[in-house]
Amino acid sequence: MNPYIVLGLLLAVVLAVGAWQQKKKALLFEVSWGHQVRKTLTSKGFLLQLAGFITFVLLWELTVKTLSLPWFSRLPGPWECLMEWLSPDPDYGISIYTQDYYTHIIYSTYRATTAFVLATALGVPLGLLMGWSRKFYDYSFPLVELIRPIPPLAWVPLAILVLPGDEPAVIFVTFLVAFFVTALNTLLGVESIDESYFRAARCLGASKRRLLFDVVLPGAMPFIFTGLQISMGAAWFSLVAGEMIAAQYGLGFLIWDSYSLIQYPVIVIGMVTLGIIGWVSSAVVRSIGRKLMAWRERELYGNA
Amino acid sequence: MANNGKKQIDNTKGELVMENVTRVFRIPGAPACTALRECSLTVPRGSLTVLVGPSGCGKSTLANIAAGYDHPDSGKVLINGRPVTGSGRDRIMVFQETALWPWMTVMKNAVFGPAMAGHISKAEAEKKAMALLKKVGLEEFKDKYPAQLSGGMQRRAELCRALVMDPKVMILDEPFRGLDVMTRELMQEYLLTLYRDTGLTMLFITSEIEEALFLADRILVMTNLPGTVKTEVDVDLPRPRDFHVLSTERYRQIKAQVMDSLYEEGAKIFAKLDRAEDLLGTCAN
Repeated sequence: MNPYIVLGLLLAVVLAVGAWQQKKKALLFEVSWGHQVRKTLTSKGFLLQLAGFITFVLLWELTVKTLSLPWFSRLPGPWECLMEWLSPDPDYGISIYTQDYYTHIIYSTYRATTAFVLATALGVPLGLLMGWSRKFYDYSFPLVELIRPIPPLAWVPLAILVLPGDEPAVIFVTFLVAFFVTALNTLLGVESIDESYFRAARCLGASKRRLLFDVVLPGAMPFIFTGLQISMGAAWFSLVAGEMIAAQYGLGFLIWDSYSLIQYPVIVIGMVTLGIIGWVSSAVVRSIGRKLMAWRERELYGNA
Repeated sequence: MANNGKKQIDNTKGELVMENVTRVFRIPGAPACTALRECSLTVPRGSLTVLVGPSGCGKSTLANIAAGYDHPDSGKVLINGRPVTGSGRDRIMVFQETALWPWMTVMKNAVFGPAMAGHISKAEAEKKAMALLKKVGLEEFKDKYPAQLSGGMQRRAELCRALVMDPKVMILDEPFRGLDVMTRELMQEYLLTLYRDTGLTMLFITSEIEEALFLADRILVMTNLPGTVKTEVDVDLPRPRDFHVLSTERYRQIKAQVMDSLYEEGAKIFAKLDRAEDLLGTCAN
């Protein structure tokens, strides 16, 4: 298929999603669809967002292609990258039509998700325990604080030595960063809970176990989800670093490999893909958080 | 029946007694602060006793000790003659700031205590909570989250959460502080209604004389640091009370009595400040 047609289709999808969102908003504020769309299109926020994007792309085009500044001249331009990405017959073998592109995405997503799930499953309970039990805090916190500052890449050699194969090593390194972020944010969340919530629970006769599930966990929830969003981001960046060193697939590997093979547009394709996946994954975490914390949402929007 | 009186005592209501309670706070880098010294008081069974005193005189420390969150360095706290060892569901405290759990609806907040105690079924607890919520005009808001309620509504919901426990003693530590004047007056009326209907023993702490007079059976005036109860004033204004009571002669008399006692306290603070200024003056010279 012609890249221009694909581009048109992509734009159509973006426009359709935008129009649908505007329709929802129009229903909420009880105005006509057209009025709402006009209002959004002419709103300062939207125009600034658009201006930001356009400025970025223009600067890119200007420095790399039009002026071809000394240090930038070897970089591919935005249009070149876009056409390569949409080409049915890409010059460097990676586009939305090639099997390899998706293999890389799937590998990276699988690793990031596994690491993220493990980090959440272990980090949240650890943080809760540290916040809930003074004894456990004394026991574990100094150790956590000592291990936490070690950069993830410093773990790669040991991880490769100890774990069978490269795959678990990459996942481990990714997991580690996300784990500490999650655990510490959960701990902060517990510490942020107002003392009066605990006192009220105690005088109403809550057992220590009920305290954990009815006060500590929900009270720490806002911080936990902030932590999960950061840990999702952290997982992606340490994943790519890990993949550059020890992997045969994945977007990190793709970017590094393309650099070695002088396939510069592919680097950009890999980077933009990472940006999009990272954004989507954060949005997913955010929306789950919103669902779980309906009590907080209503605080922000008044009487819903 | 008279000599049999002791058995007639309704043990679901409590009598709170504090005997010679002393509490000293020792914080590194600061001189030791005696918040309470040899403080004794009695909150009779089924009475609404109001403790009034200038801010910073140790009222909250006293409340925390009565509730069992803090422990005295010496002295005794007794409920129906039995010493208090920690926080427990026989003494429910209502705090200065809202302590409704924001992640639970009003109803879930209200039935939390009975659910923990487990002596009545969930349906019964909800029925009981509902009756209380109705009394304070919150029945339509039972499924709302605290953040969706106004400040006054939150305070009412919190009163319900405490009352549903049938505590032996209810301790209210400046519960209406920070509310606007109209809401505050409304809250005082709600509290009086709830007091009339339940007859619970209540220790109400405030720094406002008008509030104390409007609510109390008895007012305890507290001295400044180190805090101790200085004067007891019986408030024999007829119940039910409304704003008309404010214009009676008896109200003025009692108010004058309480204010005399309080102003002596206030004067002491100013005297201290004067001395401090003198000291500063000498240093400057």
